Order: sequence, then C-alpha cells, then structure tokens
Amino acid sequence: MEVTMTHYLVLAALLFLTGMTGFIVRRNAIVMLMCVELMLAATNIVFAVFARAHADGGGHVFILMNFAIAAAEAAIGLAILVEIYRRRRTVNVDDLKALME
Amino acid sequence: MELLNINIPDWADLAWWLPEAILCGTFLVALLADLVVRGRRPWLPFAVSVAGLVTAGAYAVAALDPGTRTILGDLVVVDGLAAYFRLLFIFVGLVTVLFAWTAEEIMGRTRENKGEFFALTVLMTAAMCVMAEAKDLLMLYLSMEAVGIVSYVMAGYMRTSLRSTEASLKYVIFGAVSSAIMLYGLSLLYGMTGSMQFDGIRAGLMGGQVDDFGLLVAVILVIAGMSYKIAAVPFHYWAPDVYEGAPTPVSALFSVGPKAAGFALMIRFFYTTLAAGPDAAGSAGLVQQINWPLLIAVMSAVTMTYGNLVALRQLNVKRMLAYSSIAHVGYLLMGFVLLTETGLQAILFYLLVYALMNLGAFLFVVAINNHLRSEHLDDYVGLGFRAPWAGVMMVVFLASLTGVPPFAGFVGKWYLFIAVMDKQWFWLAIIAALNSVVSLYYYFRVVKAMFLTRPAEGANLSPLKLHWLQYVLLAVLAIPTLGLGLFFGQFTGLADRAILMMTTGF
Repeated sequence: MEVTMTHYLVLAALLFLTGMTGFIVRRNAIVMLMCVELMLAATNIVFAVFARAHADGGGHVFILMNFAIAAAEAAIGLAILVEIYRRRRTVNVDDLKALME
Repeated sequence: MELLNINIPDWADLAWWLPEAILCGTFLVALLADLVVRGRRPWLPFAVSVAGLVTAGAYAVAALDPGTRTILGDLVVVDGLAAYFRLLFIFVGLVTVLFAWTAEEIMGRTRENKGEFFALTVLMTAAMCVMAEAKDLLMLYLSMEAVGIVSYVMAGYMRTSLRSTEASLKYVIFGAVSSAIMLYGLSLLYGMTGSMQFDGIRAGLMGGQVDDFGLLVAVILVIAGMSYKIAAVPFHYWAPDVYEGAPTPVSALFSVGPKAAGFALMIRFFYTTLAAGPDAAGSAGLVQQINWPLLIAVMSAVTMTYGNLVALRQLNVKRMLAYSSIAHVGYLLMGFVLLTETGLQAILFYLLVYALMNLGAFLFVVAINNHLRSEHLDDYVGLGFRAPWAGVMMVVFLASLTGVPPFAGFVGKWYLFIAVMDKQWFWLAIIAALNSVVSLYYYFRVVKAMFLTRPAEGANLSPLKLHWLQYVLLAVLAIPTLGLGLFFGQFTGLADRAILMMTTGF
C-alpha cells in the first residue's frame, strides 16, 4: 500500500482528536498540558504535509517556530503548576475553586 | 523547494516600525535595569518604561498617516488600522504602568519582582501592536502567543496569592488549548491555499478548487481561537475567573488591551482573506453553505445577553466588571456582523471609548482596593462621600458603560447600532437596546451603594485620600469620556480614515 497525503492528514486528525478528548476527559493539569502538546504535534504534521505538497518552505518554518512557542508555553505552564502544587498539594483542576462563584 | 530564493526585506521600511522597536528596546533596558539594582529600586524600571512608552507614543503619533508599508518581507504591514491601534495600545500600556505604580497589589511592601511588572507591560504593548499589524499566518500566531505568554505571567503576578496563581493556571490551560485549536484551522487554510500570506490565501480561495467543507472547518476553528482572545460566548469561560484573580491593574489591561488586539486581528484577517471584496455589500464569507452574518449576529446577541444577565447577580465589583466586559464584546461584535466599512469604523471608535471608560472603572477599583482591601459591593457603601471626586468620576465611567447620553459610550453604541440597522438587522439592534437597559441595573447598583445607601451604624466614614497620580489618571480618562460624547467628530474621523486606508490599501 502506498502512503499518500491523505494518510498523513488522517493521522494528524486522529492525533488532534486524541489530544482534544484527553483534554476534555482528564482533570490533571499536567496531563491536560500534555494533551495540548499532542494537538500541537498534529498541526505540525499538517504543516509538514502541506509544505511538501506545495513545495513551499513556509510550512517548515512554521513548524520550527511552533516548537519554540510550545516549549515556552509548557515552561510557563509548568512553572505556575509548581507554584500551585507547593501551596495546594494538588494539580487537579477540579480542586481549584478559589475563584468559583 | 527554493529556500534560497527568499524575499530580502527593504530595510528602509523598518523606519515605520520605530514604535515597536522602541518598545522592545525599552523592555530589555527595563529588565536589565531591574537586574542591576537587584529589584531594590523599582522606580528605575518604572521610569525607563514610562520614558519608553512616551517616546514610542510620540513616534506613533508622528506616523499616524503611514500609507501602506510592508515590513520584514511581507510579514507585517503598517497601515491606517495598525497606526490607529498602536496608538491605542501605547496609551493603554502607559495608563497601566502609571496606575500600577500606585497600586498596592503590585507595589505593596510584601510584593516581589516589582520592576519586572513594568517591563512585562511594555513587552505586552509591543506584542499587541504586532497583532494589529500581522498579515501572515506565522506573524499572526507568533504575536498572539507573545501576548498570551506575557499575560499568563502577569495574571499570576501575585505569586503567593492562591487566587492569582489559580487565575494564571486557568488562563494558561485554556489559552494553550484554544491556540492549538486555532492553529489547526490555520494549518488547514495553509493546506488549501498554499500560502501563509493573507492576500495569498484570499487569492487561493478565489481561485476555486477549495473544498467547501474543509474551508468551513478551518474557518470555524480559527473563529473559535480568536473568540477566545476577545472572550466571546461560548469561549468566555476563562474571563471572569482570570479578571477576578489577577491583580486589578492587570485585569484592567486584560479587559482592554488583548481584547482590542484580538478585534484588530479579526478585522484584518477576515476582511483581507474572507470578505467577498472591498465593494461587496454584505456577504462575509466565500463559503456559501453557512450564513456567516447570522452566525456572528447570534454570537453577538448571546454574548451580550449572557454577560449582562450574569453580571446582574455579581456582588464583587471586579467580577461584575468582568461580565460587563463580556457584554461589551457582544456589542462590539455587532459591528463585525456584516463586515461593512461602517461597522468596522464603529468598532474602532467604540474600542477607543471602551478603553477609556473600562480602564477608568477598573482603576477606581484599584484605588479603592488600596484602602479597603476589598472589591465587595457592601464595602462600597458611602464611598461617594469618603472619596467624592473619585466617586463622581466612577459615576461618569459607569454611565458611559451603560450608554447614557451625553457620555462617549452613548455615541459609540449609536454608531454600532447604525451599522446593523443600515442593513435591516433590526432584531439585533433591539436585543442590544434591551441589553443596555438591563446593564443600567447593575452599573447603577454601584452608584447606589456609593451615594444613596445609608452606611451602617458605626461604619468607618473617614475620608479616603487617594494618591495624586490616581486623581490625575482618573481625570485623564474621565474628561475624554465626557468630552468624546459631545465632540466626537475628530475621533470618528480618525477611525474612518484608519479603515479606509486598510480597505483601499491592499
């Protein structure tokens, strides 16, 4: 069987949906951030596929930028999580209710 | 793949980017200054930030009529829209920095890292300016993330406060997922058109051969990501918690800055990629299966109704202002429904007015919080007599937020109403008018608490003395809030020109 563009796109869509489902289902903030990383990985695949299809370097540049941004976001998110864990001893988002009505 | 055949930018055009360059330089210098004094003399980064913002503002005023300049190859464009918005952002950044200087939540004795706050505000201002200028998917995403990442840090600024860190965590988690969703939409758009440029995408869509269903999915994903930025229903759920938990000067900045930047981005993105054309009368999209104006109109109606109804039962003034800012996004979206020039001009003018009155209302909360350590409505009883001048200015802001003549909020809303009534969308205008009536109740509940409710026996009625800078800033915001209601011609002219330059420039 020949692997075509469609296969990659389906893979990306499945990866994106996996991340999305995980984000909705899980309540652990670290796992939720990991699920977001899965979604970003899915978009990277899409960009790579189309960059090749269009023979355009822009998609590859986007992927590199995306790595940097995802890393920055994860760094900030984990720093905040450490701060919260020190005070609350939990990273479960359902336990964070100081701001609920 | 011709990676070597890159577009060499014309460096002379970089001169049009001086305000942004100054802001980025200011950020670095302020951060460095804070490191050199080891955080012990916060006035140094403060002074650097104010000087940088004022200089950048001066250059932004000088470049108010830039024509259309593309910078950095084709990534960024400085045109009327960008010039208008960057002036607005620099003003908002300056007011935030000055007010933070007097705010206990930032500068109090026990607070840490005071200097960094000013540096971060400057960086966020620069990133918001770029958001209004991006004309490439890459720059769009980079600038949105730059604003986002800085705001996650600022929301959690009171590191030792449970509420502040919780607000920050909610912001970072929902922010990350919404930007991932938007990015997936962007990647599909890129795939269908083979271009990162807004006008390239437009050309690709015009050329046909685009799968309608794919385009529908992509555009809905992009709208979802951007609605998160402007906090429109159903992507608003983070806003009340973040605004309540973050330090109040930061909430003030969030409720105005990133929101306006989100609108700037939406205007440019949708107008230059999806609108049927500069001369088209109505249809907002190229996908015909779905009724875009109706979709945005429903979103607008739901957003304003939800914001106003939930604001009704808030007793925390800060949280009430958070819901009121959601309601105002609903009003603003009215101008977006038909993507007409009148509508976009109304959005620009209303954003200016909204920045003045909403910053003013939030800053009053900051000033009161300095003394009372509370934002609860019950603690506002009698404030009108304890701090009469500030109280009167708060009434001006609240009346303007309601949209009562002769204040600026009324003129702003009037333009938005005209934009939808022009095209016979009367039901939306009626819903908006009803909503304004509802909002009267909760805004004036604050006025009632301040001036009309009799304080309890033995309550502390000593006069509150605010910092002189707070009086000056409240006046700086209150006077145009009143004045723009009477003499608005100059500024609506500015908004008109900004939109005309964008629509005819590309």
